[in-house]
Amino acid sequence: MRERRLPISGAHAKLGSAAVFSLVLGWLVAAYPAAAIPEAPTHAPEGALVTKILYVGKRYPEPLPLSLLDKDLTDEGVQGARLAIKENNMTGRLIEQHFELTEVVADANEDVVTKARAELAKKQGLIIADLEPSDLLAMADLPEAKGAIIFNVRSSRDELRQQDCRQNVFHIIPNWAMRADALAQYLSWKRWRRWLVVYGTTPGDKDYLVAIRRSAQKYGAKIVDERSYEFDAGSRRTDSGHQQIQTQMPMLTQGAPDYDIIFASDVGEAFGDYLLFRTYEPRPVVGSQGLQAVAWHRTFEQYGGTQLQNRFEKQARRMMTERDYTSWLGVRVVGEAVTRTAINAPADIKRYILSKDFAVAGFKGIGLTFRTWDHQMRQPILLSGPRTLVSISPQEGFLHQTSLADTLGFDEPETKCRMQKQ
Amino acid sequence: MKRIYAAAVIAAIGNFGAQPVSAATLFVSNEKDNTVTVLDSETLAIVKTIPTGARPRGMALTPDFKELLVCVGDDNRLDVIDTETLEVVRTLESGPDPELLDIDPKGERVYIANEDEGYVTVLERVSGKVLAEIPVGVEPEGMAVSPDNKFTVATSEQTSMAHFIDNETFKVTANVLVDTRPRVAEFERDGKLVWVSAEIGGTVSVIDPVTRKVVKKFGFEIPGVRRELIQPMGIRFTKDGKTAFVALSTANRVAVVDVATYTTKEYILVGQRPWHMALSPDGAKLYVANGLTNDMTIVDVATRKAEKSVPVGRLPWGVLVKP
Repeated sequence: MRERRLPISGAHAKLGSAAVFSLVLGWLVAAYPAAAIPEAPTHAPEGALVTKILYVGKRYPEPLPLSLLDKDLTDEGVQGARLAIKENNMTGRLIEQHFELTEVVADANEDVVTKARAELAKKQGLIIADLEPSDLLAMADLPEAKGAIIFNVRSSRDELRQQDCRQNVFHIIPNWAMRADALAQYLSWKRWRRWLVVYGTTPGDKDYLVAIRRSAQKYGAKIVDERSYEFDAGSRRTDSGHQQIQTQMPMLTQGAPDYDIIFASDVGEAFGDYLLFRTYEPRPVVGSQGLQAVAWHRTFEQYGGTQLQNRFEKQARRMMTERDYTSWLGVRVVGEAVTRTAINAPADIKRYILSKDFAVAGFKGIGLTFRTWDHQMRQPILLSGPRTLVSISPQEGFLHQTSLADTLGFDEPETKCRMQKQ
Repeated sequence: MKRIYAAAVIAAIGNFGAQPVSAATLFVSNEKDNTVTVLDSETLAIVKTIPTGARPRGMALTPDFKELLVCVGDDNRLDVIDTETLEVVRTLESGPDPELLDIDPKGERVYIANEDEGYVTVLERVSGKVLAEIPVGVEPEGMAVSPDNKFTVATSEQTSMAHFIDNETFKVTANVLVDTRPRVAEFERDGKLVWVSAEIGGTVSVIDPVTRKVVKKFGFEIPGVRRELIQPMGIRFTKDGKTAFVALSTANRVAVVDVATYTTKEYILVGQRPWHMALSPDGAKLYVANGLTNDMTIVDVATRKAEKSVPVGRLPWGVLVKP
């Protein structure tokens, strides 16, 4: 049992109480003593509009990162949600609003859906889902979740935005098709159009592979060959392990028709980092390793991103990962909606975040919005090398009639999502 | 009549001293270089590059123009530059991560936005003594002391509000919600209304400080430029107060706004990511710091033409003019 709760006051949410919401929130104020700087209030002031958000996660067995530089993290995701709650409350204290986070994290052998169901039964309707696809869908399909909004902050699986889409699920994290398109645009700009694709054995590897094939076709690249690497993940802590790798990687990449880059799909972290500097031909590596397409990275500090990196590191005492960022952003979406409308019923929030009035700032230089056809968050994608940011897609010159960011991933005409109305 | 005329001439000579009549000094903070570039307004040549602390962004001149205060965010302090010797002569404790600041009209107090911590620090300018630390929203940035020195407007980027701070009590008296990511607050010339630019929202909110209401909100439309790229940032009013310039960042343009009607008359193409701006002392030229092209564009105010661009440091952020 690993259930944690932040302090929760007894106050109940005032749903829809402040329908008349003037732009001026004024005179609410505040006798703050000059010396004490409250970081963020932890309790709801009396009469405040209280918004509860549920974070649902599970300690899935995950391979250790191949690189010794990457730590094995146990609090990924939830740290981002905690930071965003603080930020929501710093704003909330000025307008008589308060935000609370309940954390439900299942152990590897526990059924997370059962645990989440108990919380949903208590009228928790705003959910940050740090879950794998099967758990995500099982939770979304619970009768108790029918009127909820579930923010997917973890799974990039394309089917969740296509045939497996749900009316109550919104995707903060980019999907594989968006990532592959983001890289494909950059590779196209570089005129590196001949790709050797190397993929691993996990379901995620296969999912990304499909997206890479789709992007090659969409952007006119040629996949010269596809090769699978089927050895098990190496232990990252082996003495003299490098000799074996040094001979395996050239074998994996030799004898292919001429190629400009290697597109790696090793989401399962079995070998991708080993490709760098060890390929048969001297070629760059992109994909799940090398040049990566991500929603967040420590190499990124543009558009005010420095502030978020700083705030996060101060709180968590480590770098902010992509899942920390998507969890942060999910909670900020709720904060933005409630701050603007002073209404916090899930149905109202859903209507608002799908409307033209909504945009949330996520340090990407443009307001972030949701695609109405599959609930995927529309966003620029960072292209980061291991040490520095390389570029941000969409690349210049790729045009779209409504939003440049819709050149990444599934645009409306190609959507397979058929959402049932609530 | 004659005597008055003569007195005026003497006064004019006295004011300008030995300097050339119209030469002013321009200061540009370079966020990525950790320097302030000093240029001569006549020749546009670089007079000096002054090393500062890390990440110099917001700047303010004292009312007597003798000191330039520079926020050096990563070093958590203000660097004070002597505008005659062009050296950093002292530093002030600003509180963490200062981004932008303003000085009251008497030159006695400094109001600083502490971006990382979500509060405003008020300093006694001469002694550096901290008078108050006032909690506001997340990521405060824009700072503007009202011309009558009664209150200060701070904007917070993540909270999307303009906070009104009473300069006597140091209390926040109102929080006005504006569009997403407000960056800059600037008072109209007569001091009656304050404009707040919202970068992601793409709008400018005009707020009446008496009623604390947004009395007007307007956006921008540029043919061929997508709405999401139009990101209002710096604001400057012409000397007669009838026209405002609004830097539009990723749209690479400066909007020329008629203040009476809040309508945009034209857009001036400048460098990439125009950020902050300043007017020459005679009001004839507008200087625009272009963040991504590492230069500064000089715009002629009368003709609305971008006349030329001159290189400064890397990632220029703010620009100020000393007569």
